Amino acid sequence: MTTLQESAPTKPLRRPALGVGTIAIVAGLVAAFAVPALADDYWLSSIIIPTVIMGLAGIGLNLLMGYTGLVSIGSAAFMSIGAFSTYNLLLRAPFLPLPVVLILAGLIAAAAGVIFGLPSLRIKGFYLGASTLGAQFFFEWLFTNFSWFSNDSQSLTISAPRLQILDYDLQSATGRYYLVIATTVLLIALAFAIVKSRVGREWMAIRDMDVAASVIGIRVARRKLLSFGISSFFLGIAGALWAFGYLGTSDAHAFNLDKSFQILFIVIIGGVATIFGNFLGAAFIVLTPILLDRLSLVIDLSFLGDQGALANLQHIIFGTIIIVLLIKEPDGLSSLGRRGVEALRSRTRSSG
Amino acid sequence: MSLLTKTMSLAAAAAMAVTLLSSASFAEDGTGQQLYPLFTYRTGPYAPSFIPFGAGNIDYLRYINEVEGGVDGVKILVQECETAYTIERGIECYERYKNGYNGALTASIYPHSSGLDVALTDKARIDKIPIVSPGGGQNIATDGRVFPYQYPLVFDYWSEAQIIVDYIAQQAGGYDKLKGLKIATLYHDSGYGRDTIEPLGILSKKYGFEDIQIPVPHPGEQQQTQWQQIRRANADWVFLRGWGVMTPVAIKTAARVGFPANRIIGDIWSGSEDDARPAGAAANGYLAVSVFPPGTNYGILKTLKADILDKGKSDLKDNSKFGTVYYNYGVIEAITFVEALRTGHKKFGNRPLTAAEGQWALENLDIDQKRIAELGAEGLISPLKTSIDNHKGETIAAKIIQWNGQSWDTRTDWIKADASLFADVIKAKAAAYAKEKGIEPRVATN
Repeated sequence: MTTLQESAPTKPLRRPALGVGTIAIVAGLVAAFAVPALADDYWLSSIIIPTVIMGLAGIGLNLLMGYTGLVSIGSAAFMSIGAFSTYNLLLRAPFLPLPVVLILAGLIAAAAGVIFGLPSLRIKGFYLGASTLGAQFFFEWLFTNFSWFSNDSQSLTISAPRLQILDYDLQSATGRYYLVIATTVLLIALAFAIVKSRVGREWMAIRDMDVAASVIGIRVARRKLLSFGISSFFLGIAGALWAFGYLGTSDAHAFNLDKSFQILFIVIIGGVATIFGNFLGAAFIVLTPILLDRLSLVIDLSFLGDQGALANLQHIIFGTIIIVLLIKEPDGLSSLGRRGVEALRSRTRSSG
Repeated sequence: MSLLTKTMSLAAAAAMAVTLLSSASFAEDGTGQQLYPLFTYRTGPYAPSFIPFGAGNIDYLRYINEVEGGVDGVKILVQECETAYTIERGIECYERYKNGYNGALTASIYPHSSGLDVALTDKARIDKIPIVSPGGGQNIATDGRVFPYQYPLVFDYWSEAQIIVDYIAQQAGGYDKLKGLKIATLYHDSGYGRDTIEPLGILSKKYGFEDIQIPVPHPGEQQQTQWQQIRRANADWVFLRGWGVMTPVAIKTAARVGFPANRIIGDIWSGSEDDARPAGAAANGYLAVSVFPPGTNYGILKTLKADILDKGKSDLKDNSKFGTVYYNYGVIEAITFVEALRTGHKKFGNRPLTAAEGQWALENLDIDQKRIAELGAEGLISPLKTSIDNHKGETIAAKIIQWNGQSWDTRTDWIKADASLFADVIKAKAAAYAKEKGIEPRVATN
C-alpha cells in the first residue's frame, strides 16, 4: 500500500510532521475549548458556529469530490435529511440521547447518499453533477409537501426540541458552540482516519484513474458508493448542526441550491482534497459578505452611492475576490497557507 | 518572496477582518439614543418590495428625529443591516444589534421576514429581546403567555380569511346568503399559503359555503390547470393567496379562462401596485385585502411629503413610490415602533428603553382612535391594543381595495374580524407548542 501512496501522481498525501503536529493538535483542541471564555455571543453565534459547521459540510463534500473525484451539487439535500431526521428522532423517540440521534441522522443521510450515488456507477463529471441535482430538488419537495416531516407544523418549519446532553442544556450560545465543536473535532478525526486508511487511498486511486484502479483490484463501484455514503454522513450531521446548533429553526428552504453551491465554493476556495482547508473556505464564504457589510459601518462609503447601491456593490466585490483568488491560487487557500508556512520556515532556517 | 508577500497579505487581511468584526464603528456615539436596527433586503429577489417599504420606515423616523426632535426628546439611531432576505444574514444582524450599538439601546427588533421571525423565536426567548413583525408574525404567538418576546402585531391570515368571508357576505346580502356559495382559495403552496386552509374549513362549516382549496406550486408561472379547475367547479369567488410572480399570472390566467377580476380577492401580499400593474388590463376591477392602505391623502403622508419628500430628505429614489402599499406599510410599521417607545416613556421616563422595558411597552400598547387622529393616521391604521394575553392586537381589521387600472381605490371601511371565533384554537396550538418546548406559560398580571 505504501507504493500506491508514493505513486499517487497528482496530489500526494500530506501528513503533519509528527512532533510538531501533535503539539499543534493539542494546542488547537485547548484553544477550541477555551474559545467561549474569550468570545462573546456575537462571535459565537454568528461568526464561529456557522463557519465551523459550513467547514464540516465542506469536509463532507471534499471526501466525495476532492478524494474520490465525484462531483455533487446536491450537498444541501443531504444536510436537510440530517436536519429533518434529527428533528423527527428527537420528537418521536425522546428516550434517545442527542449523540445517538446525531449518529442515526447521519446514517439516514448516508443511506440516501448511497441511493443517490448510484448514477455515479455509470456517469461521470459534469453529468454526474447534474444528476445529483435530482437529490437537491427531490428532498426540498419532499420536506415541503409532506408535513409529517415537520410534525404537521403549519409553517413547515422544524424547531430545535430541547437540546441537551445528560441534563446539560445546550440552548445558550456557549452550549451550542460546545455541541458543534465537539462533534466537529470528532468528525475531523474520523475524516483523517478515513483519508489515511486503505479506503482513502483507494478513493484517490479511483479519482486519479478509475480504470487503472479497477485493474489493480479495487472494487470501484463499492468504493464510489461508500464515498457517497460517508460524504452524506458528514453532510447529514452538518445539516443537523446547521438547523439546531446555528439557525435554531429551519425549513427545507434553508437547504436550497444556493447552500449546495456555497459548499461547492467552500471546497474549491478552501482547497480540493484537504481537511482543514474547508474551514478556510468556509470562513471566506461565510464571513466575507458580513465583513463587506461591516466595512460600511467603519468607513464612510456614501460617496460610492446610496445604501441600495452599496448593498449591490458588496456582491460585485465578493465575486471579484473569488475570481482573483481562483486565478492567483487555483489550489485554494490551504495551499497558499501551507506554502507560506514553508517559506517562512525556510527563511528562518537560512537566516539562523 | 512573492509567496511570502501573498501569505503576509493574507494574514493582514485576516487581521483586518478580526478588527472589523470586533470593532464597533468609529462613527457617531449612540449614547442617549434609541437604536432602530433596520433589517434591509436591498439585494435579492424581494428587493423591489423592500425599497419603498424601507423608505417609508426611514422617512417617518427622519421626520420624528428632525421635525419632532425625537420621540419625547429621545433621538432614534437608524442602523441598517443587510439580510438579503436570508435567515443566515438575518441572524448575524440580530446578534450584531441585540445588545445595542455604540451606546444606543435596543428596545425591540423588527426582522422584516416571517422566516427570520420564526428562526429567532428560541434565541429571542433566551436573550429576552422582543421580536416585532407587523403583518408577518406567527399567529400562535398571539398568545403572549407562551411567547413573551414575539409580537405578530396588526394582522394574521386567519383573520384575513374571516374578513374575506365577511366581505363576500356583505356583497351577497347577509351571512345567510353564504349558504351554497362556492369560494375557491388559490394558494401559494408553502407554509404561508396553507395557513388559511384550517380557518376556511371552520368558516365553511359555520356558514355553509363550499370551500375549494387549490394549491399553486412555487413560483406559479403556470396556472392554466388551476384556473380551469376553478371554472369547472363554477366558483363564485376566488381568494388569491399569492406571492411574487404568482399574483399577476393568476389575474392574467383568470382573464383568459373568463373569470371576472372583480370576483378575485387578493391576499395582503397580492395587493400591491406591483402585483396588479403587470397584469395589465386584465387587472381592472381586481380586489385585494389591505391592512396597509395605499394613498397619499392621510394627514401623516401629507406631513411627510412637505417635511421630508419635498425637502429632498426622502430615502426614495423614485418619488412615484410615495404613498404606495409598501411605502405606507413602512410608515405604519415605524408608527408602531415610535408609539411603543412613547408607551414605555410614560412608565419609565423619557430616555432610551432597554429590551425589557421595550417588551413591557409592546405588551401595553394602546393606539386608540383619539391617538390615531393625533398621529394624522385616520384611515391609515386601525386601533391597536395589546396585552399579555394578546400580542397581536385585540381588533384585527382590514379594508378591501380595488384596482382601477392605475392605482387602488378603497372600497370599504375597516372590516373587523371577530377575534373570539378562533381564539380557542390558537390558544390550544400555543399550549401544544409550550408543551413540546417545555415552556411554562406566564400568568397574566396586568
